[in-house]
This record gives sequence, C-alpha cells and structure tokens, in this order.
Amino acid sequence: MAHSYTPGLTVTERTTVRRRRILPLPGTVLVQVGDAVRADTAVARAELPGKVVPLNLANQLGIAPDEINDYLVKKEKDSVQKDDVLAENKPFIKWFKTEIRSPITGKVESVSTITGQILLREPPRVLELRGYIDGAVAEVHTDQGVTVESTCSLVQGIFGIGGETSGELVLGVKAPDQPLVPEQLTPAMKGKVVVGGAFLSAATMARAKELGIVGLVVGGIHDKDLRALLGYDLGVAITGTEQVGFTLILTEGFGTIPMAPKTFALLAAHAGQKASISGATQIRAGVIRPEIIIPHSGPTATTKVAQAEREGIQLGDPVRIIRDPLFGKIGAVSGLPSELRAIPTESEVRVLEVRFPDGTATVVPRANIEVIEGA
Amino acid sequence: MTSAQQSPAISNPSQPLNVIVATDCGSTTTKAILIEKVGDEYRQTYRGEAPTTVEAPFEDVTRGVLNAIAEIEELSGRTILDGDRIITPNHAAQGDPKRGVDIYVSTSSAGGGLQMMVTGVVQNMTGESAQRAALGAGAIVIDVLASNDGRLPYEKIERIRAMRPDMILMSGGTDGGAVTHVVEMAEYIAAAEPRPRFGSTYRLPLVYAGNKDAQPQVKTILGDKTALEFADNIRPVLERENLAPARNKIHDLFLEHVMQQAPGYKKLIEMAGAPIMPTPAAVGVIMETIARREGINLIGVDIGGATTDVFSVFGGLFNRTVSANLGMSYSISNVLAEAGLDNIMRWVPFTIDEQTLRNRIKNKMVRPTTIPQSLDELQIEHAIAREALRLALIHHKSLATGLKGIQQERTISDVFEQRTSGKTLIDLLKLDLIVGSGGILSHAPRRIQSMLMMVDAYEPLGVTTLSVDSIFMMPHLGVLSTVNEQAATDVFVRDCMVYLGTCIAPIGQGKDGERCADYEVALPDGRIEKGTLAFGDLKLFSLSRDQQATVTLQPAKQVDLGEGPGQSFTRTVKGGVVGLMLDGRGRPLQLPTDQAARVAMLTRWYQAVGLYPKGS
Repeated sequence: MAHSYTPGLTVTERTTVRRRRILPLPGTVLVQVGDAVRADTAVARAELPGKVVPLNLANQLGIAPDEINDYLVKKEKDSVQKDDVLAENKPFIKWFKTEIRSPITGKVESVSTITGQILLREPPRVLELRGYIDGAVAEVHTDQGVTVESTCSLVQGIFGIGGETSGELVLGVKAPDQPLVPEQLTPAMKGKVVVGGAFLSAATMARAKELGIVGLVVGGIHDKDLRALLGYDLGVAITGTEQVGFTLILTEGFGTIPMAPKTFALLAAHAGQKASISGATQIRAGVIRPEIIIPHSGPTATTKVAQAEREGIQLGDPVRIIRDPLFGKIGAVSGLPSELRAIPTESEVRVLEVRFPDGTATVVPRANIEVIEGA
Repeated sequence: MTSAQQSPAISNPSQPLNVIVATDCGSTTTKAILIEKVGDEYRQTYRGEAPTTVEAPFEDVTRGVLNAIAEIEELSGRTILDGDRIITPNHAAQGDPKRGVDIYVSTSSAGGGLQMMVTGVVQNMTGESAQRAALGAGAIVIDVLASNDGRLPYEKIERIRAMRPDMILMSGGTDGGAVTHVVEMAEYIAAAEPRPRFGSTYRLPLVYAGNKDAQPQVKTILGDKTALEFADNIRPVLERENLAPARNKIHDLFLEHVMQQAPGYKKLIEMAGAPIMPTPAAVGVIMETIARREGINLIGVDIGGATTDVFSVFGGLFNRTVSANLGMSYSISNVLAEAGLDNIMRWVPFTIDEQTLRNRIKNKMVRPTTIPQSLDELQIEHAIAREALRLALIHHKSLATGLKGIQQERTISDVFEQRTSGKTLIDLLKLDLIVGSGGILSHAPRRIQSMLMMVDAYEPLGVTTLSVDSIFMMPHLGVLSTVNEQAATDVFVRDCMVYLGTCIAPIGQGKDGERCADYEVALPDGRIEKGTLAFGDLKLFSLSRDQQATVTLQPAKQVDLGEGPGQSFTRTVKGGVVGLMLDGRGRPLQLPTDQAARVAMLTRWYQAVGLYPKGS
C-alpha cells in the first residue's frame, strides 16, 4: 500500500467542533444562525406521529369487510376520544346491539373495505431536540435542524454506552493508572461526569447509578461487567440508546488499561468545568466514536475552522498499541521501515518501530497502532 | 442474470477489451485490480487498495476509487487517470498502449450494502420466497414480516417504523387467491410510513411481487407513500417459485434509487462502463458460473469483517444467504455471543482464561482493522472463523430448501419414510467443491490453515475439493463476466482460484486409534502409499493441482464413504497447493470434552498437517 491508513482518536486542548442536530422527520427550527445555545436549549421541534392501533371491525361485528362503511359511526379522519363508539350494528332487538369502542384517544387514520380493518392513530408526540453542546448556531437546515459550533477541548473515546448528557467534570482518581473504586464515589458527584483511571468494576458502576452520576470516563472495563450491566452480550458495536442510568466512555479498550497520560491530564485540567458527553459508538461504515466535549467560555467563532488534515504517520508521532501482546502501551514512532516484514504468525506486513518512555523499543504491524491525534 | 447485468453499458461494443480496471468498494477498503490481455488470454496483473471514502470528510466514493487506481498506476507504470477521469479507451491504436484502459467496472457494498425488509403472508412460504429473492439479489434482509409471524398488528407497525431499510419487497398470496392478508400488510406499511436509510426527501422504493389481483388495492394504499413498482408474483402457484422478475426489479431500483443517495455514486455510475453491482450479487454470478461450467455442486463462502455470505448450487439450483452479524472484525463479538465460548474454545490448542479471551474479542470489535501479531492470537482468530463459518452454513441450510407447504407425490416405496416438504438442498455427500473467500481465508499465512478451517467448519463427507480466492477478486470478476465472460473466466482460472486440494472424509465414528479404513494411494510418480487410517488421524499427501492420484479405501464395517457401510471405494482425485487429505476424525466430528485431552488432540492434528510453525 502506498498510503498507510492509521486511524486515530483525537485528544486535543483546543479545537472547533460542529455537531449536526437533525430531527428524525421535518419540523420547526427554533433558533437562528448566530444564536448562542446551551447544551439543554431546545433548538428544533417535531411532532412524531402517534402509535397506530389496528382494529378489525368486520371480525368483531361479524360482517363482511365491504359492509363496514354501513356500520361506522366515526369516519376516516374523524377525531375520537377513548371509549367513543367507532361502529355499531343496528339489530331489531336492542339487546343484540354490538358497539365497538375506541381503545385510544386520537383519530381515525384509515378504513379498509378489503380487510375490514380500521386504523386509529394516537395524537402526535412532541419531540424537542436539544443543543447538546454550549456554543453558537452555525447553520440552520430548514425544517430539519441546525449545526451547533463550539470552541472546546475534545477527547474521543474508543467505545461507549448510553446517550448524550452533560455535567461538571470531576476526578475520581489521582493518577491515570489507578482503578476507580466504589469508595471514591460520593453523593456530591450526583449529576456530574466522573473521570476514573485504568479500570472500574461492576461494583463501581452500581454505586455510580445509585448516586445519580451522569457519566463515567475510564481507561477500560471487563467485558463480563459490560454484559452484566446491559443484561446481554453485545454482539455489534452500535450503541448510544442504552438506558443503564449513566453514560460510560472507555478511552482505551477492554481490560485494565491505564488511561493515556495525555487524556488524563487534559481532563484533569478541566475539572470543575461543564462537559457534554455522548456514549454513542458505531464501528461500521459511518464511524461514530464516543466523545467528551468541554466548551471554552467566551465568544464562539461561527466561521469554519480548517482542521489540519493528517498526512499519514510520521516519526515522533505519539501512538498507542492496540493489539496484544502489548495492548495499551503508549510510545512514539521511532522507525518506519518501508519493506514488508515477517511477523510471528508468518504473515508479511508493513511494520513500524515504537519507542517507549523507558527507552525500550519494539516492532509492531502498522495495523496495530493508533495515532493519538490532536495538538 | 438480471436485466441490469445483461445490458452492459459499453459505449462502443465493437471496441476490443484488452485492458480492464475493476474495483470493489467495500465498507472499509476499495480494492482495484488491473486485467490485461497477454497473448490470447487475460491475466490479473496489478492490484491496489485505498480506504473507502463514503464518510466525512470526503463523502464521495469515487475518491477512494481514484486512490486505489492511482496505486495501480504507480505499480504498473500505466497512465489510467487524467485528473478525476479514467482514460478510456486504451490508446494502443494511437501507439501508446500504456495509456488508458478499455473499460472500468465496479461492485459496491459500501455504506452497509443493500438493506431490505421483506414481507409475506405465510412466513415459511411466501415469506421465505421473498427472503430468497432479496438475498439472491445481493441484499441483507433486516427483517421478514408475515401475517403469521406471531407479532401483533401494532408490533408489526412499530417494527416497520423502527427499521430504516433501503427497499421493501412485498409478497404474499398465489395469483387468483385471496387478497385480504396481503392488503392488510400494505395497510400496516402505509400506517408505519417507513423512511429510507439515506436521504429523507425521497420516497422509499417498494417492490410488490405478490398476488397480482391485489395490485390495484396495493397501488391505492401505497402508491402515494412509496416509490412503488410491480413485479410478477414470486409464488404464482404454491408449487412454483418465480424469483427472477423480483430480483431484476430490485437490481433496477438499487441503481435508480438507492445508489443515487449514497455519496458520490452518481459520479461512480457515470465513470463505469457497466452497471454497478452489489458485491454479493457479483460473487453469486461467479459461483453460478463455476457450477454451471463444471457441472458440479458447490458451496461458496465469503467471510468478511461484518457479514458472511454463503452461496450454494445443488442440482443447478442457486441459493445465497447472508448472515449479517457473523464476521471477523465488526461482528466478531457476535460470533462469540451466538456460538458461545465453549464452541470457540474447542478449536484453540492451548488454555486461556475466559476473561482474557472475552476482552481480546471485544478489543478486536472496537478496533476492527488490527491483525494478529502473535501465533496464539492467530489461532484464536482461526477458532472464531471456524464457528462463524459453521453458523453461517447452518443459516444457509435453513433457507436453501425445497418449497415448503406443497403437496408431494408419494409412491408405495415412500409409505414408510417420514419426509416433510422443504428439506434442505444442501447434501454434503453430493458436494463437489467448497470455494472460500474473504480476508481470513484468502490471506491465511499457510494455505493449509484455510483448508482445515473450512473442513472443520463444514465437515464435508466423502470426497470434496477445496479452493480459495487468491487475493479476493471474485466480486470484480463477477461484474466483469457480465461484460466479457472470457476475460472473467481466464482470470478466474489462472489468477483467482487457488485449488487447495481434496479432502476424503469417511462417515462414521469410532474410538480414537481404532481402524477407520485401510488406504492405498497410487501417486503420480509410481509410488504407492499404503496404511491404516485410524479414527482421530489426519493424513496429508503432497499432490499438486496438475497431478492425480488414485485412492482406494476399504472402510471398517460401520464406516461409509458414500458406497454404503463397509463398502470399498476407489476414486481418482486431483491435488492442489496443500494436497490430498485423508480425514479419519469421524463424522460428525467430535472433540474431547476434557480440556487437557482436547488440547492434546488438537495439537496432534495440527502437527500432522503442519498447520502452524513448529514450536507453537
């Protein structure tokens, strides 16, 4: 390969992020370009169509489907209240009268003389879309939503669980290689985002839920604890809709892995500030990584900031090894041999040399490192 | 073949095809190959690849295509690109044969492929027929809804609403039969107002291929809400399936609607000299072509990072299934969830604690592009691949069946035989060839590793030939075959298909070390290898593809090689890059439950065939 593809996770003190906030279906945009918004500001609103409830009137009245129009009390598009009579028969003896009542409040969506079915629809549900991050509206997408822009510090994680939330950042540990244990969580952390170190256990997660902590950011967890948390074995990494009581973000991976010092230092430097976090992860086409966004106070530029584009991997780049046997170790690129090399599996692959802070070095496949991006 | 495949849009049909560039836009990588006519035959000469670019910041699939082709330019010294344009035709006539290509063709599964929802009336009749039609067209079926699927009406509506398919295929009812149920399903779809996965402004394509009498009602209900198209009923009578018209319609809509929404595809369609095909549909074309040409029964598998596609041709009948969440990277954790830890561990020739293994598998899931660096990591991946292959075949067997619910003619000889309709078409004893494709099989460091993975997963019976796709180019050749069959065939035979060898596996079980069969192998150099194949033995004989050996087996009385228990068997077989394998491990294959005994047995097998480097 002429170009080496080295995906990386961004950890940066200052950048500009733009987040598209798009309604699931057309609605009303509530803000304008240039407006300052906060994470909890409603930026757009839509009406989600109500639930559909089908009723087979023909079966219930014991008539042929093409006869139902003769028995209807409510017609197509009529509004109905719960228990309103939708249809009834007209027997000679009143005793035999059958009335079909509406199980919901809503309206009659359609009536079919082929199936004898009536479809009722509940009233629409109003959905308000929040800003998610503190920033300014950079773009309005008519009837669809907005793009919010913010100057911030940004940390991308590798995997997360749970949706968007925000809260004050607090440190639960003193160093990135310490595990976060239940005793370090206190009632004062309610509604906050707690930063751990190398690991947190199922007991720590249970304690966090009990205390009402909104977010946990940590180096790694065990897969078995994730399974216990979710109640099932996660097969495919498409997350963000879980309801486990908090949003969880892993910065390194599965196992006990110290958080990268750069990541920990950045989060520590912003302790006490508000952060917006999202656990949504999609490791498929359209990669989405979990993120911690710490907006900087002061005016936000609404002009597009050009992001530096990576020119492939270079000597000196800080990297994380992302495959056993050295999984989680962090060092810097010290050699980029261009020829293929045989590795212990006998595969011939492109490799690079990584030098660790203790001065030792190793050779690993290029596919097995990740650049720690961001200045 | 679909109408889309039959009408290659070559600008000038009289133009000779001497230089061809083909790409496959996968979900992560775009792979390009160059094919050139050398003398009288076509050969694959260069290969390039680049990350697929359907995502931000590029959001234009052609970027990745141009990058992959640029790599071929670099390697071959040929000028193919003029800025963002592929130079066609080749300038040989102008005295510059190193400039341009005669045609560019492509397949695509980028953006998650073609995702479809299908509906039927009876789940295992029209529901399954619709599923087969969609799968055969190269789609991933995200759900099958049927009137009798056990879900309540409101649950069906909720489900349709929650799905974001690229297309819906509706079936149900035989022509002239009752319309009620199929109209009811149309009402549910209308009520759910399904939205397409890409692009909120266009209408969702829907193919109706059910009872033709219900077409007017379906049009009234769904005509305004979807981009509705009609196709002939896929089950016009209960006893017959008619999938081709629906498949063709799916292909047309895929090109007209779905691909137009994916970023950069308009440009890609303009660049290509033939219609873009969904990757699995192109691989299906190749599988069907091999089976037809050789007159054989085959199973083909393409094991990718996210999905595993299985193809089969038995008695001329083609079937394809896709197991959407069985794969070696994105879906690796799902293989663990579906197979269970014990089933994976039974193939690992060492002990490892559960927590470590689970964490390693999850780490591969979140970083899917990493590769095994140490031998034990490779062995774990190979163990997982065996289970993914096995599960995908079970899935395939359940769909590659005869028609269900139909009356069968029974003769007096059938009186004592209990047989139901809808029996699977997959008969491993009648299987002639297994074709493997996908990274883990195509790029295994030793070819014997690919062979044993497939043998362990499929447990072929009797005599079976095995092969792999050398560098993953079957999709390219599939689409090319719609334009120039000779070019596709030449490259397939010479550069794509790597014959691994032949596996002979007696059916039956016995105690480890007990006699399974006596064998005599007459090798091409005149040597005759004689011996006893004991239960638990794996024996490998060197025999290249252009060599033949005559194998005679005298099985033990309870052991069968297809001729009946204890019956002698003689067959002339061809070799391959691995050779001839006699598999005395018994069928069904059984592994010891005791961990130490299992590790010892695996180690014995693996060493017998030189599966991994010595000292491992």
